[in-house]
Amino acid sequence: MQATSRDFTANARAGLADDNLQQALEIMTRRGFPARRREVVERLPEFEALREVGREIKEHTLAHLDFYLELYEENVVAAGGEVHWARTPAEACEAVLKICRAANATTVTKGKSMVAEEIGLNDFLEKNGITPVETDLGEYIIQLRHEPPSHLIAPAMHLVKEQVADTFRGAHRALDPDRPLVEPRELCDEARALLRPKFLAAEVGVTGANFLIAESGSSVIVTNEGNGDLTQTLPRVHIVVASLEKVVPTFEDAAALLRLLARSATGQEFSSYTTVSTGPRRPGDLDGPEACHVVLVDNGRSQMLGGEFHDMLRCIRCGACMNHCPVFAAVGGHAYGWVYPGPMGAVLTPSLIGIEEAAALPNASTLCGRCESVCPVKIPLPKMLRHWREREFAKRLTPARWRLGLAAWGWVARRPALYHALSGLASRALGWLGGRRGHFRSLPLAGGWTGVRDMPAPEGRTFHSLWADRAKTGGRS
Amino acid sequence: MSAARDAVFANIRGALRRGALPDRAQAELRARVAAHRRNPIPARATALDDAARVDLFVQMAEEVQATVARLPSPTAVPDAVARYLASENLPAELVMAPDPSLDAIPWAVTPLLRIRRGRAQAADMVSLTPCVAAVAETGTLMLASGQDTPTTLNFLPDTHIVVVHADQVVAAYEDGWDRLRDASAAGEGAAGLPRTVNFITGPSRTGDIEQRIVLGAHGPRRLHILVVENREGGTDDRGGG
Repeated sequence: MQATSRDFTANARAGLADDNLQQALEIMTRRGFPARRREVVERLPEFEALREVGREIKEHTLAHLDFYLELYEENVVAAGGEVHWARTPAEACEAVLKICRAANATTVTKGKSMVAEEIGLNDFLEKNGITPVETDLGEYIIQLRHEPPSHLIAPAMHLVKEQVADTFRGAHRALDPDRPLVEPRELCDEARALLRPKFLAAEVGVTGANFLIAESGSSVIVTNEGNGDLTQTLPRVHIVVASLEKVVPTFEDAAALLRLLARSATGQEFSSYTTVSTGPRRPGDLDGPEACHVVLVDNGRSQMLGGEFHDMLRCIRCGACMNHCPVFAAVGGHAYGWVYPGPMGAVLTPSLIGIEEAAALPNASTLCGRCESVCPVKIPLPKMLRHWREREFAKRLTPARWRLGLAAWGWVARRPALYHALSGLASRALGWLGGRRGHFRSLPLAGGWTGVRDMPAPEGRTFHSLWADRAKTGGRS
Repeated sequence: MSAARDAVFANIRGALRRGALPDRAQAELRARVAAHRRNPIPARATALDDAARVDLFVQMAEEVQATVARLPSPTAVPDAVARYLASENLPAELVMAPDPSLDAIPWAVTPLLRIRRGRAQAADMVSLTPCVAAVAETGTLMLASGQDTPTTLNFLPDTHIVVVHADQVVAAYEDGWDRLRDASAAGEGAAGLPRTVNFITGPSRTGDIEQRIVLGAHGPRRLHILVVENREGGTDDRGGG
């Protein structure tokens, strides 16, 4: 898909002005994922220890990624499956198309897959005469609306139910226009009834993978709806599209990460369906696909190994970072302008599409640190956002005014005596000017701040001078 | 093999600043894999005796909207199924996994219950399956595909009934996986694993519209679990699955 990450500011403004989006975000942050996560995490005393275990499993695997990918491939082949390697989105799409053509497919059902969004699989298949049908309810809704997902695990979370009803009335013309279509129950039933024949008719089913297990050549998908299972059980051919870093050594390693995934994502103890599938159906099996292919996508991951953004490869795509992000909660996922929103997107997107395209994203953060504190595999997201900001500065991608301001501040800050003198002066002057009211409605050079909020007036001395006094009096202030 | 594959591996090794791992290092990693070393498992379920573990399984399954009936022996299964279907206003008709452990149940006592054996078809309303294990930790059923246990039974019908023997209730996912490893003759690698292993925790659901949970998104709307306390009374002692 075409990235609009460059337009983050405009996208964010549009998001702030969208009442439906604001209502949807309010629902998520007030009574959705974060509260449910807190509840289940409190119920599992081992959760904190498991985060460290999860981090270690991913680090061990990444340090030996070539070995585990070879072992995975060996076992896929042993199970009767086939592995296709893709360096780029184009190679990945071509591989999928080739398999679909060989299967004489006209309809492909799809389980939710972020990497399929990343490689633009739907558009590519459609251009080549194959109809992709998204089967996850949220993905189905946004496919009808021709929108990208706005959240990792709840792709239609930017919508309220009235918008979904309008979308369904517009798309499902064959149904009675006067049917009741208000409650999520009715909307869900309508999608279920319409998608069931598609599941049964599709020649090929495409799923992603939450994990790939090297010891057995298995792929693991985690869903709540069961759509992924119908997608990979009913058609003759099953294609798994997954990125390289999904591999883990053993089932035991996958199990540890699974204990973190659902709790961090939806705040469930375990998702309804966790499915481990290995190769095609066995001789004598009464159902299941006759062929199974895995398309392994690199698309820049191998270049991230060992570098500043290496830690990002641990990500298990739970979405906890965006569920707890004050910026995401204010502007929604579409503001980020590409496939991956929120803090993980602000780190990953520049790695995948280039910092020139995505320069605004690392700045769309207050660096408050909530994302890192809830990350199930302890990814230091704020640190990596700062790394991107440094690179932008070095590459001269930051606006001239920011650069000038930062340069001036840097010059003063490197001269402590001057810095203390100026900050003391400014503090006293602002304190005196702010005087009785205690805040400023507007300030020269600070319109970006005072345009949307008041600036509190300093109440006296600077932190530095208070600290100096405290040191003199032996710690008592 | 393919140019893409070669390039990916060259990139990975370049980034890791080394060539392919030497044989000794590879042997060590293979040994790590073969050991199936367990990561820490929550004490919630591991610290319990048999009876308490079954209780925890039932409690956790009910928390996620599964319904559970506890039966003294396999002979009680046909009547429990018939009563459940009647209570849900469902026709006395089901498709059953052609599994020996289910065949051994004395179905003749409920002649009004029509049973077809095989995979699920689009029109089937109710299915009945065995399981490999039931995981107490989160109230999760573990089902495996095979000649006698088609996967479509777990997803196509609106109502899914699962027979669990009390001795199939294990503490953690790893315990269930070990049972699967033991059951598959070959053990290592992919050989011997079933095509599909389903961990099922409650009926199908979605929260995709306004984060409100709706049951029965694409899979079963109802998951009914029959926990059979004893093996005696009309069945052999196979684990099923």
